Amino acid sequence: MIRFDHVTKTYDPTARPALDAVDLEVARGEFVFLVGASGSGKSTFLRLVLKEEAASSGVVHVAGKELGRLSSWKVPHLRRQIGVVFQDFRLLPGKTVHQNVAFALQVVGRSRAAINATVPEVLELVGLDGKGGRLPHELSGGEQQRVAIARAVAGGPAILLADEPTGNLDPTTSLGITRLLETINGRGTTVVMATHDDDIVDSMRKRVVELVDGRVVRDERQGGYVTGTMPVVPPPVPDAGDDEEHRDDEGDEGRSATA
Amino acid sequence: MRLAFILSEIGIGLRRNLAMTVSVVLVTFVSLTFVGAGALMQQQVRTMQGDWYDRVQVSIFLCTQDSYSASCAGAATDEDKAAIEGALTSPPLSEYVSEVEFETREEAFAQFQEQFAGEQLSASVTPEQLPESFRVGLQDPEEFAVISDSFTGQTGVEQVVDQREVLEPFFDVLNGLTAASLALAGIMLVAAVLLIGTTIRLAAFNRRRETGIMRLVGASSAFLQLPFLLEGVIAVALGAVLATGALLLAVHYGVTGWAAQQVPAFDYITTADVWATAPWLLLGGVVMASVASLVSLSRYLKV
Repeated sequence: MIRFDHVTKTYDPTARPALDAVDLEVARGEFVFLVGASGSGKSTFLRLVLKEEAASSGVVHVAGKELGRLSSWKVPHLRRQIGVVFQDFRLLPGKTVHQNVAFALQVVGRSRAAINATVPEVLELVGLDGKGGRLPHELSGGEQQRVAIARAVAGGPAILLADEPTGNLDPTTSLGITRLLETINGRGTTVVMATHDDDIVDSMRKRVVELVDGRVVRDERQGGYVTGTMPVVPPPVPDAGDDEEHRDDEGDEGRSATA
Repeated sequence: MRLAFILSEIGIGLRRNLAMTVSVVLVTFVSLTFVGAGALMQQQVRTMQGDWYDRVQVSIFLCTQDSYSASCAGAATDEDKAAIEGALTSPPLSEYVSEVEFETREEAFAQFQEQFAGEQLSASVTPEQLPESFRVGLQDPEEFAVISDSFTGQTGVEQVVDQREVLEPFFDVLNGLTAASLALAGIMLVAAVLLIGTTIRLAAFNRRRETGIMRLVGASSAFLQLPFLLEGVIAVALGAVLATGALLLAVHYGVTGWAAQQVPAFDYITTADVWATAPWLLLGGVVMASVASLVSLSRYLKV
């Protein structure tokens, strides 16, 4: 679904590249954690998949297309096959939950009938049925992220990219969000989640790709977050209570809390 | 669905950016008014030329009883007239001449009365004081000298007048005003283009959250840019409508209602000419707005 062949991305020719000769393949239907410290190249990887940036060298394949050969007017079609979720949710504050999700469908020209059928469906999928009339500021952080996920998957994308989706959430909520991504993955969508939330990674036991300074240093089938290759620093969690223990290895509390 | 969506986006944009939108409307209003005024003044020049200037280019005034000119010994005789007419209608002069008309005293008097109707002058003039004349149309108005040289000093001819010289100062004024208003219009248009560019940029910045999401979910660039483009076009179209209104008022009250009353001898432009100009103002404004918007959008709103 996503294939990087020796991809290098250099923003500033005098500095080290953001991605350095990365070879990586993500198969259809996979769930991959992309881990690494800030500045390790996770976001650059996601931006390359979206063709927000072009690779400096190497070849990027996404959904069967070689992005280097994709003309710019075809980029919107590529992006319709990719859903994206961010740390800061990026909801439109003046629109209700329903309108926020509908917006993504209106933009790509879905009919009113299709939108009215699809939106409640995806809201139910993300666990927000009945909250379509709320405004974003009336929702908790976790709920807002669920709206963002609903918006990302409403168009039925083949790939869902999540860039630190739990960065602003407390551990319990984070795990709930990750479980939701897992559910979406279970429906056939390829999910790539960039994170430095060790609890989440450790508890999910999914494929883990670790980037350090733009290089892939680890690609483990059922990995955890912690290895010897990098020191683990507790991630900044602005919204979460500081008394939470982030290094809780299995994350069982979180799992039971969101079940 | 998409149309309704785009329209609602435009509505949001125009309201959010109201002050800038109003300034675009006003600047285009002023600049297009000057453009239109320039065009209408040229139209006025052409109207006058078409009506009078081209038809009668040279008048050969014949001697009257009271003429003092050296070539006059009393009023022009029938032989004099026959000689002049013969010269005008036979080679070599006939090659230059497109038409010849003889104006009798009575006709001259009637026209004089019409031209100066209601003024004191018209009451004190008698037909005998006015000269008979040959009114000569030329193939090429520039060939005035040929006629002038042939007939100046000929017996019975008091004076050969190039009618263009009568109107020339008036045309010079109109041409000068046209140049001035087009220069002003040019400056205002530059301001309008820059203002539209800035406004679009601001609008794109104000809505970067929406456009960011639209890009991510795969909106085509046309769909992304269309609301902004149409915002500029709508503002400029409003400006063009206001400019048309201003020109209609100016022509209705200034030309038809005033100048045409003061100096009725000329033909004047009417509001019909304004209506004929209006679509071009609108079209020009829309093209200008589209180009300015697209340039601005291509820099600040990429896919």
